[in-house]
Amino acid sequence: MDLFIIFISAAIVNNFVLSLFLGICPFLGVSNKTSSALSMGMAVTFVMVLTAIVSWILYFLILIPFKLEFLQIPSFILVIASLVQFVEMVIKKVSQPLYRALGIFLPLITTNCAILGLALLLSMREYSLIQSIIFGLGAGAGFTLALFIMAGIREELELTDVPKPFRGVPISLITAGLLALAFMGFAGMI
Amino acid sequence: MKKNKSLGYEYIKGLWEINPVFKQVLGMCPALAVTVSVMNGLAMGLATTFVLVFSSLLISSIRKFIPNQVRIAAFIVVIATFVTIADLVMKAKFPELSKALGPFVPLIVVNCLILGRQEAFSSKNNPLRSLMDALGNGTGFLIALVVMGGIREMIGSRTLLDYPILPAGFEPWLIMILPAGAFLTLGLLMGLANFYVDKKKRNQQQELIAKYRKPSTTLEIKGEEA
Repeated sequence: MDLFIIFISAAIVNNFVLSLFLGICPFLGVSNKTSSALSMGMAVTFVMVLTAIVSWILYFLILIPFKLEFLQIPSFILVIASLVQFVEMVIKKVSQPLYRALGIFLPLITTNCAILGLALLLSMREYSLIQSIIFGLGAGAGFTLALFIMAGIREELELTDVPKPFRGVPISLITAGLLALAFMGFAGMI
Repeated sequence: MKKNKSLGYEYIKGLWEINPVFKQVLGMCPALAVTVSVMNGLAMGLATTFVLVFSSLLISSIRKFIPNQVRIAAFIVVIATFVTIADLVMKAKFPELSKALGPFVPLIVVNCLILGRQEAFSSKNNPLRSLMDALGNGTGFLIALVVMGGIREMIGSRTLLDYPILPAGFEPWLIMILPAGAFLTLGLLMGLANFYVDKKKRNQQQELIAKYRKPSTTLEIKGEEA
């Protein structure tokens, strides 16, 4: 039950994009088409779960026992960067179609603050390993959901007559604001 | 390297011409997340400026020793070092502020504004020029954050720096300090900025047309005479 609450909380109630503002750059950059939004969401979810496992091991089994907590930021970012590189290499070797689907999005993930945010949040909240994995899964699902909804809306937006100064990023931000408003309705769930 | 641009220009351009938030659309996550009040915006802006200035200075000083292939990794390590300093100092000196900003101080590492300036400017220019560029961009970011924080705090909790400004009869718009308010405020501000720039551009074009209309008519007349 506890795990279920963590999942729902990360995916919907405290959605990474719409209420914690993590991963805004890909949210605004990649949400033009629903297909690429789905690929990006999948890539992020995949890396998030791996990051949750690796950063949990790094923080609770290496940094804390050796009293190296002050190295948290540099070590997390280096681990994430090498993890992303590694995942890219493995996918390229194992599955060509998957590589072609995720390919260009993987390098972008390194500088996605949602990933580092996830690692920082799970160390801050002192989750167990299982909880961290579920947290990563929920956060990824929430990110994919927000990206997918946004992409769907933006596909429709392209056909509408938006006032000229608001075209592009401003109207996307306002749309995101309305989406965030809708997601606020979930706040009472937990 | 363009020598003809003055040091002052490198500073000024960051304030408006390439303002990180409104023009380059970089560093959006902290700009949206922490601006529930002026104080938070100010603290975040100062922390980011600190990291940006010192990493620009260091990277532009050692830019000739960084191999091109591993430059991004080198930048990130330098940035992470300064972010750690900022984070630890904040935790020690301003624990309340550090708690209010939550994970967003450590997240300066992945702020695309900082990596973007290193990649686009500091890795190609001398330290003095990079310093001015970093200061300008940092100030531009700070201004954007303070403006957003000011608007959201004033309407959302009718105070400014915890000092009540609007009369007690004004019902605070709670939405402005909630996530949705951040998106709406930034979207409207950006639209306004675009509107202003478009208008200015149109005026300039019209001035230009007016300026060149006269010579062209005289030319036509001359042609007819010949």
